[in-house]
Amino acid sequence: MPTRVPDLRETASQTAGPYVHIGLVPAATGIHVLDRTVTNVVVRPDTPGEHITIEGVVHDGEGMPVRDAVLESWQADASGRHAHPEDPSGSADIRGFGRMAADFGTGVYSLHTVKPGPVPGRDGVMQAPHISFWIVARGINVGLHTRLYFSDELERNAADPILASIGSPDRRKTLIADRTLRDGKPLYRFDIHLQGDRETVFFDI
Amino acid sequence: MAEQEASGRKPGAYFPRDRLRHPPAFTPGYKTSVTRSPQKPLVSLGQTLSEMTGPVFGHDELGPLDDDLIRNHAVSGDPIGERIIVHGHVMDENGRGLPGTLIEVWQANAGGRYRHTNDGYLAPLDPNFGGCGRCLTDDAGYYAFRTIKPGAYPWPNSTNSWRPAHIHFSIFGRAFCQRLITQLYFEGDPLIPLCPIAQTIPDPRAIDGLTARLDMNAAEPFDCLAYRFDIVLRGRRSTLFENRLAGN
Repeated sequence: MPTRVPDLRETASQTAGPYVHIGLVPAATGIHVLDRTVTNVVVRPDTPGEHITIEGVVHDGEGMPVRDAVLESWQADASGRHAHPEDPSGSADIRGFGRMAADFGTGVYSLHTVKPGPVPGRDGVMQAPHISFWIVARGINVGLHTRLYFSDELERNAADPILASIGSPDRRKTLIADRTLRDGKPLYRFDIHLQGDRETVFFDI
Repeated sequence: MAEQEASGRKPGAYFPRDRLRHPPAFTPGYKTSVTRSPQKPLVSLGQTLSEMTGPVFGHDELGPLDDDLIRNHAVSGDPIGERIIVHGHVMDENGRGLPGTLIEVWQANAGGRYRHTNDGYLAPLDPNFGGCGRCLTDDAGYYAFRTIKPGAYPWPNSTNSWRPAHIHFSIFGRAFCQRLITQLYFEGDPLIPLCPIAQTIPDPRAIDGLTARLDMNAAEPFDCLAYRFDIVLRGRRSTLFENRLAGN
């Protein structure tokens, strides 16, 4: 067996491919092997904070829905706490991790969660409430990181250092999810455009 | 972590991702990337708690057969195909093993057919094979699972494109910025240099890093062969000084 000197540089990314659901969202393709999997429901009925739904479609450069996309979300709880040992603000009410599969027919994904509180940024500056998103699919070679901000947080968004780092105000808007009500419950619409005139801002984090 | 705390150092920001190590977004030889690749530059973001934290998983979330793809979908017996162990370490770029890291895998069966609504390849499904599994790394960052070696399969890219045998890997690490999905290939597979997806990676050494080695020492005699696949996630700085990340 040939031996190798360990190469301590990050393992290279590859596309998740068209069958990513088997591994990440097995129930979406009718496989019931794993008992407990991550779903698109981040909240429990008794979770403190405002319960919200986020919905949207990932579009390709031709405006077509990406029906095989899988999205992941990572966020703080309603008090701005992350469920992670390095967050100094204490234990969080939710784990804050969600996973969404686009609908095979319509391309719509949805996330049921709680609106996060503001979290500290660098140098003591607070960040506006946001949810980190990660998108993988066939044709995407390296998972795409972006952030969702909330349309009803005008003041905090205006002071957010990450949004401010995006030069173009038009491009900042691609990260703002629009608040509406459906059946009296808050719904945020967050469409993602992989390419073209309305291209979403993606981050190198 | 323990080592860092003992020496008084604190973990800091993660190293920037070396984008020359990874495939670019736009790789026209892989046709689907053409309309699914951003055309504007990525916006570099100074890491905050949002990027330096990530989901933590526990053993109580895993079932006893989650790491055994030979048994976890078995209905009437074992699946058909080459029985293998796949194992290795997950470490960071500093060479530290990463404990408690969730690894999820998915793959085709021995004939190259996926158990998925959208796979219409004529090779049959195996009634005893699901093709998904997961495990958590141990205290040293070590993982292992047992499966059937997947077959190559055709896909609609050019008129005669075939994927090399591969297993998809999803790895979490400790932070959302370490999140990675990749593919394991098998040593000696002549389809690797022909594959438009493997060849999206510009650096041949990085493709070599995705190629699992036959590992006779880990084989179970008269039972199954073994392949070794080590995974490296982004490393991080450590500092003796308080930083201002947390707002102090």
